[in-house]
Amino acid sequence: MKGDIFQAIADPTRRAILVLIAAQSMTPNALAEHFDTSRQAVSKHIQVLVDCELLTQNKVGREIHYYFNPVKMKELDHWLTQFKKHWEDRFNQLDQLLINLNSNSDEN
Amino acid sequence: MKTSLAMNFSVDKENNRVNVEREFAAPVGKVWAAWTQQELLDQWWAPRPWKARTKSMDFREGGTWLYAMVGPEGEEHWSKADYLKIDAKKSFSAIDAFCDAEGNLSPDFARSTWTNTFTEANGTTTVSVVIQYDKYEDIEQIMQMGFKEGFTMALGNLDELLEK
Repeated sequence: MKGDIFQAIADPTRRAILVLIAAQSMTPNALAEHFDTSRQAVSKHIQVLVDCELLTQNKVGREIHYYFNPVKMKELDHWLTQFKKHWEDRFNQLDQLLINLNSNSDEN
Repeated sequence: MKTSLAMNFSVDKENNRVNVEREFAAPVGKVWAAWTQQELLDQWWAPRPWKARTKSMDFREGGTWLYAMVGPEGEEHWSKADYLKIDAKKSFSAIDAFCDAEGNLSPDFARSTWTNTFTEANGTTTVSVVIQYDKYEDIEQIMQMGFKEGFTMALGNLDELLEK
């Protein structure tokens, strides 16, 4: 099953992992050093991020490096833009209503 | 006359909050009325081609607004707001929810608390909306809903255009 991007970023540890990897690609060991939790726990979080394609992996010799996938992050921006548009449309309608109210009556 | 009024929109991920702020070219009395009277709310609350249709509204602390968002095909999405605190023409807060036509809560969606503050300066009223969620996942869920509505809305607008 393909991971849910929203579930993935709902977790604070995973958001921290994304921030670190966005700055610099990393191996799981290097990443685990930034967290107090066990390496297994960090691995699980990485796997969730890989499943929803927020991270991509690349084998270099015997080591795996994780990279941030900005394309996937754009999907989130897209949701946000739609959400914002919903409010803009609603408020444009309110503008129109207020104009009608203003022309129908004086200050109440 | 078409003036461009400022709207600020931000998601405060640390505090699980969405902030929306917008100016309106009208005195606070009219803007307040548009937010608190059912016959006015029904005219703007739903983005077109959706329409808001109030079933019941009791605008007082402890009262409830129960309404449907009605789609172009007649589909209904019911919501309600339970009013918490009202300070006339200054602010009011409410807990929103998705529900059925009788106002029974939908277990699938988180509730959020809205605080709307109204400030007038020089005949322009600024409305600040703070939507507080329990956790960040809830915001993501609502954003996905917004996307669906936005998409449906875009299709509806296209239909209108094609009819012309």
